[in-house]
Amino acid sequence: MNFKRFGRPAAIAFVAVIALSSCAANEGDTASTGDGAESTLTGTLNAGGASSQGAAQEAWAAAFQIANPDVTINYDPSGSGAGREAFIAGGSGFAGSDSYLSEEELAGEFGACAPDTLAVDLPVYISPIAVIFNVEGVDELNLDADTLASIFNGTITNWNDAAIVALNPDATLPDLAIAAVHRSDDSGTTENFTDYLAQASTTWGEEASDTFPFGGEGAQGTSGVVSAVTNGVGTIGYADASQVNDLSTVALKVGDEFVAYTPEAAAEVVAGSPLVEGRAADDLALDLNRQTTNPEEYPLVLVSYAIVCNEYADAEQGELVNAYVTYMASEAGQAVAEESAGIAPLSAELSENVASILATVK
Amino acid sequence: MTTTVAATTIKARQRPGDRVFSTATVVSGSLILAVLAAVALFLLVESLPAFVAEADAFSGETNNFMEYVGPLVFGTVWAAILALLMAVPVAIGIALFISHFAPRKLAQGLGYLIDLLAAVPSVVFGLWGITVLAPLVRPFYVTLTEWFGWFPLFEGPVSGTGRTILTVAVVLAVMILPIITAICREIFLQTPLLHEEAALALGATRWEMISMAVLPFGRPGIISASMLGLGRALGETMAVAMVLSPSAEVIFQLLTAENPTTIAANIALNFPEAHGVGVNILLATGLILFLVTLVVNMIARVIINSRKAFSGAN
Repeated sequence: MNFKRFGRPAAIAFVAVIALSSCAANEGDTASTGDGAESTLTGTLNAGGASSQGAAQEAWAAAFQIANPDVTINYDPSGSGAGREAFIAGGSGFAGSDSYLSEEELAGEFGACAPDTLAVDLPVYISPIAVIFNVEGVDELNLDADTLASIFNGTITNWNDAAIVALNPDATLPDLAIAAVHRSDDSGTTENFTDYLAQASTTWGEEASDTFPFGGEGAQGTSGVVSAVTNGVGTIGYADASQVNDLSTVALKVGDEFVAYTPEAAAEVVAGSPLVEGRAADDLALDLNRQTTNPEEYPLVLVSYAIVCNEYADAEQGELVNAYVTYMASEAGQAVAEESAGIAPLSAELSENVASILATVK
Repeated sequence: MTTTVAATTIKARQRPGDRVFSTATVVSGSLILAVLAAVALFLLVESLPAFVAEADAFSGETNNFMEYVGPLVFGTVWAAILALLMAVPVAIGIALFISHFAPRKLAQGLGYLIDLLAAVPSVVFGLWGITVLAPLVRPFYVTLTEWFGWFPLFEGPVSGTGRTILTVAVVLAVMILPIITAICREIFLQTPLLHEEAALALGATRWEMISMAVLPFGRPGIISASMLGLGRALGETMAVAMVLSPSAEVIFQLLTAENPTTIAANIALNFPEAHGVGVNILLATGLILFLVTLVVNMIARVIINSRKAFSGAN
């Protein structure tokens, strides 16, 4: 084959593709966010943490950088634990985390913060977790927390088990083994799912943890679980609601009714949850009300926080974090993340609360 | 007995080119050793905290590092051996077909095709494994447990998604097939023509010629090819992590939902969220994997050396 004849056009095409595709995000079409005035913010904000926030952070960073062309936001979705560690060590501007700071962490020093000041947890990301299933001939499924826990800890192993039939009198449940699929990697989704089962059920028998405590089918990442449930036979699993595609989802028993997940119901349970007791007044760590009996609320949600300093050692950094996190929690920011990552927007009240605390962050 | 010859070696005048070239080779040679030593040292230093970690640093019922890494080592070796069992016979078959049976044109095309398989990234194999292979083989697994369920390896219940260690082994077998085939083919092609012709002249059929002349000559080659394949199977990460439904136990059943996982896949799955001593534990399992592959390669070396005398290679 004549390599020169084909090689040259191919090389030109290759270079052209690289050159054309490397246009940056902040050269985009509209500056839809911001207050219209020219932004005076400059600098680079490095942050990291929960991978659940990854998709939303990408959208937030892109929109924020369009509004503030001189700002660069880097969010490293390295995991909640790693994110908190980096923040505590002073290596990042703020941390995204699926769990709030522990008492132990609050007792220590924060590297990025001004000496003798603390950091606070601000909820910025609410995502319902859907229980998905794939059973031929069954489109709708109602479960209560006890039955769901028994399915996932391996006590109930067949779809025609009396407990499931009792909750679904109208469905024709096949004589088929249940394959309960969990996340094989450590994950905040698992932590919130097991937390729900531990609190709302009497049959779970384990504590909340980000490693799934029982056996059964494991699959890597949200996409792995979704794909395993889709391709398997008699499967049930749990995943970020935004990723479940066309799979059927379980309606959970709350009070006397069965509630399917909706963003509104997810935001509702967060709005109805009390703050964790014994913490600073400006710390919005939530004690999620998993045992709710209000059928307006869907208790299986994941709340992810932005952990920021009350006062930054570097004032410029503080200004930048303040502007960015304020944007994340704002109505516009939540709408952007709802579109791109399928989050449930914060309720107006919570959003205001976050904004008022951020107003004091410097 | 030739010491006198060595004493009268003629020394040529060293030109700059010679010096640059010889220095370059020496530097390259020592660089690879230095990199290897650096990796080993890094693993060793980083894994020290794992060996003395408290019981609560490990999840589940594991209390110390050895309990943690044991099932992983088993899973790693188990998956790799299963893959090797499937891949080696097929690879030898393909290699013999290419070297001794196929028409030359077909053989060349087939050779390219097999080499192409080696260039497919493992993520692609992983995706293929979960979306195509696993659902495809599941009905077959169900039949297998129905008929052979009394045999411990094929005990049910069958996994609902088909993502078992056997599926992983099939994926791994496909992945290591090209490298084993390529080396076997080259070895078989090097069988001295005289051996083959002698066998045929003695009245051997083609199969007898292959079993008498080609295979004995190629045996060390087949072993080293298998060891290279084994090395890849031991270290394969992405495909295993994506396809396997893992658990942290020693399980011999091939078709159930719970399967022993491999070290590499376990690191890939847990590293993103690991912190503190968790990172050290994962790195320490990496050190163990390093040692396992080292031992496997050393065993292969020993086998090759001891078998050399019986092959046609001398």
